[in-house]
Amino acid sequence: MQFGFLLEQVVNGLVLGGYYLLIALGLSLIFSVGGIVNLAHGAFYALGAYISVEITKYLGFGSAIVLSPVAVALLGILFERFILRRFYDADPILSLLVTFGLAMVTEQAIRIIWGAPPISAAIPQAFRGSVFLGDFLFSRYRLLILAVVAAVLLGVWLLLHKTSFGRVVRAGIQRPDMVAALGIRLQPYMTAIVMLGVGMAALGGAFFAPITIVHPAMGAEIITVAFVVVVIGGLGSFWGVVISALLVGVVRGITIHFAPAAGEASIYVLMFLVLMVRPRGLLGERIEKFE
Amino acid sequence: MTRFSRRTLLQAGAAFAGVSAIGSPAILRAQAARIKIGHLVPLTGFLGAIGSYAQLGVKMAAEEINASGGIMGKQIDLMSEDSVNPATASTKAQRMIEQDGAVLLFGEISSASSLTIMQVAERNKKVFFSTGARSDALRGKDCNRYSFHCDIPNTVMVNAVGTALNQKGMVKGKKFVTLTADYIFGHDLLKAAKAFFSANDATLIGDELIATDVTDFSPYLLKVRQAKPDVVCCNLAGNQVTNLVKQYAEFGFPYPLVGFNLNTGDAWAMGEGNLSGTWPTVWYHTLDNSASKAFVEAFSKKYGKPPENHAWIEYITLKMIAQAITETKSTESDALIAYFEKQTQFDIMKSRKGYFRSWDHQLVQEAYPFTVKPKGEMKDKWDMLVLGDAVPAAGAELETIYPTKTQNPCNMKA
Repeated sequence: MQFGFLLEQVVNGLVLGGYYLLIALGLSLIFSVGGIVNLAHGAFYALGAYISVEITKYLGFGSAIVLSPVAVALLGILFERFILRRFYDADPILSLLVTFGLAMVTEQAIRIIWGAPPISAAIPQAFRGSVFLGDFLFSRYRLLILAVVAAVLLGVWLLLHKTSFGRVVRAGIQRPDMVAALGIRLQPYMTAIVMLGVGMAALGGAFFAPITIVHPAMGAEIITVAFVVVVIGGLGSFWGVVISALLVGVVRGITIHFAPAAGEASIYVLMFLVLMVRPRGLLGERIEKFE
Repeated sequence: MTRFSRRTLLQAGAAFAGVSAIGSPAILRAQAARIKIGHLVPLTGFLGAIGSYAQLGVKMAAEEINASGGIMGKQIDLMSEDSVNPATASTKAQRMIEQDGAVLLFGEISSASSLTIMQVAERNKKVFFSTGARSDALRGKDCNRYSFHCDIPNTVMVNAVGTALNQKGMVKGKKFVTLTADYIFGHDLLKAAKAFFSANDATLIGDELIATDVTDFSPYLLKVRQAKPDVVCCNLAGNQVTNLVKQYAEFGFPYPLVGFNLNTGDAWAMGEGNLSGTWPTVWYHTLDNSASKAFVEAFSKKYGKPPENHAWIEYITLKMIAQAITETKSTESDALIAYFEKQTQFDIMKSRKGYFRSWDHQLVQEAYPFTVKPKGEMKDKWDMLVLGDAVPAAGAELETIYPTKTQNPCNMKA
C-alpha cells in the first residue's frame, strides 16, 4: 500500500512539474537566444492569470484559456521591441535590472487596476472533482492541465526541431555571429521567442488561477521555482528543462510524503546536488557566448 | 555602455545627503504639535492581502479623528508601513520609536512579527497594541506589561468552531486530520486543537506541518486521502487558507473541511462554490447593531467595498487609543496601561462591549462561528457568510471562552 501511495505522489509530482514547465521553458528560451535573464517572466504569468479571470466573466473559461495567452503574447511584442532589444549586447546586469524593474512596475500596475486584495476564480463545474483509476486518484482539472501541457510541449518541440524557424533559433543560440554572417536577422526571431515564452507563462497563469490565489505578488512567487528548474535543467536544452521540471515536481512530492515540513526546501537541495555534480545543469550545453 | 563614474556617484550621494539635512528640520518643526503613532502591518507575503484591508481601516480612523479636531487638539501623525517579516518588523518598530518619535505602536497580523514588536515595546517601555495576531503564546507565556492583544486568541477560535461542530455531532468519536502552518501561530493553534480533541473524544490521526510559502497543496491532499479521516481541519493562515480551500474543492474529497482560523478577506478571494464547512470569525460586516452598521456604511462609501475584519479591528483599536489618550490627557505608557487595566469598557460594534483583561491584556469580546451562504441567497459577492450565535451564549460571562488564569501562563513583570 505504501508503494501505491508513493506512486500516487510521483504521478502528482509529474503533473505539477508540467505546470512548472510552462513557466520555465519560456524563461530558458529567452535566456538561451537573447542572453536575457527575464526577471519579469513571473509578471507575465500574473497578467495571464488576471486577464483570464476577467475574460472568464464575459466569455467563459474556454475562451479565457485561449485569449489570455494571446493577449499577453501581444504585450510580449511591445516588451521585446521597446525594452529587451536595447539590452542584447549590454552588460547582463543591466537587463537583469530592467526586467526586475518591470516586474515591480507590473506588480504595482496590477495593484492599481485590480486592487491589492486577491480576486476570486473558480474551476468550471465540468472539471471539478477527482477521477479514480483503480485506487489511483487524479484531480480532473489537473489531468486537463497535463493534457494541455503535453500538447504545448509537442508543439514547441516540433517548432524548434522540425521547422526552418527552429533551425535558425537553435543556430542563433550557439552561433549568433554565423547566423548574422549568413544574412539572417535574429531580431524577428527573438520577437517570436519572447511572444512564445511569455504566452506560455500566461497560459500557466490562466490555468492556475482557479486553483491558486490570484494576487499581485503571484508572479514573484512562481519565478523562483522557474529559475530553479532552468538552472537544474541546464541552458539551451529543451529536454533538460523538461526533465528538470518533472524531477522538481516529483522530488517535492516524495519529500512531502516522508517529511512534509521539508517539502519546499527539497527543490533547493536538489539544485545544490545537481550543480555539485554538473555545474552546467543536467543537460546544459556549452554555449560559447555565455562562457 | 555608459557607466556612472565614481565621481558622479559621490556627487549624487552628497547632493542627496545635503537635501535630507536641509529638509528635515522643517519637517520636525511642522510635526512638533502632532501625536505620532507607529503602525505596522504585513502588506506583502501570505498575510499581505488581509494586511491591505487593515491599512484601509486604520487610515479611515485616523482621518476621522483628525477631521474632528484630533486628540486634545493635536492631529494624529500616522506612520503606516509594511512589516514584511519578523526581523524587519522589529527593526522598523525600533526605528519608529527611537528616530521617528512614535509615542506608541499598533498593528500586525503575523504572530511571529507581533512577538518581535512586543519585545521592542517592552525594551523601550512603549505601549503596543497587537491587533491581528492570534497565537495564544503572545498573551500567555510571552506576555508583557506593554503589550495588548485585540484579536481573539487561538483557543477562542477553537472553542467557537468546536462548540458549533459539537452541536452538529462532528466531534465525538470522529477522526481528524489537520493541516498546520509551520510557524508560531500554527503550532499554537494545533496545541489548542489537540486539547479540544482530547477533551471531546475525537482522535487526531494525522497532522501535516506546512511551510508558509507553499502554494500547491496537492501532495498534502493525497496524504489526507490516504489517512481517510472523518473531518479535515485547516490550521493555516492568510493566503494559504484560500489556496487550500480552492484546491480542496478541486479534488472534491468527501470528508468535510472545517477550520479553526479564517479571515473574511481570504474567504472573499476563494471563488464561487469553493468554501464550505464551519469556521470562526471575530467580526463580520453584517452584524446587526447600529455602531457596526454606521461603520460599514461609511467604509463602503469611502472604499467601494465593505470592511474586512482587519479593517474593523484596526479602526476600533485606533479609536480606543484616541479615547484613552483623551481621557488620561497623556501619551505616557504608565498612564495608558493603567487606563486599560481598569478594564474600561469599549463599544466595539458588537452586541456586548469589550474590555482588556487586566492580567493578560486580552481584549475580551464575543466571537462567532459561521457557515457558508448558498449562492442563491447572497446579496452581493461580499455576502458569503451565515453567522452562527455569538459565543459565549447571551447571558454567559464573556470570559468563559477565554483561557483562565490557571490555563494561561501569563506572568507580567511590573
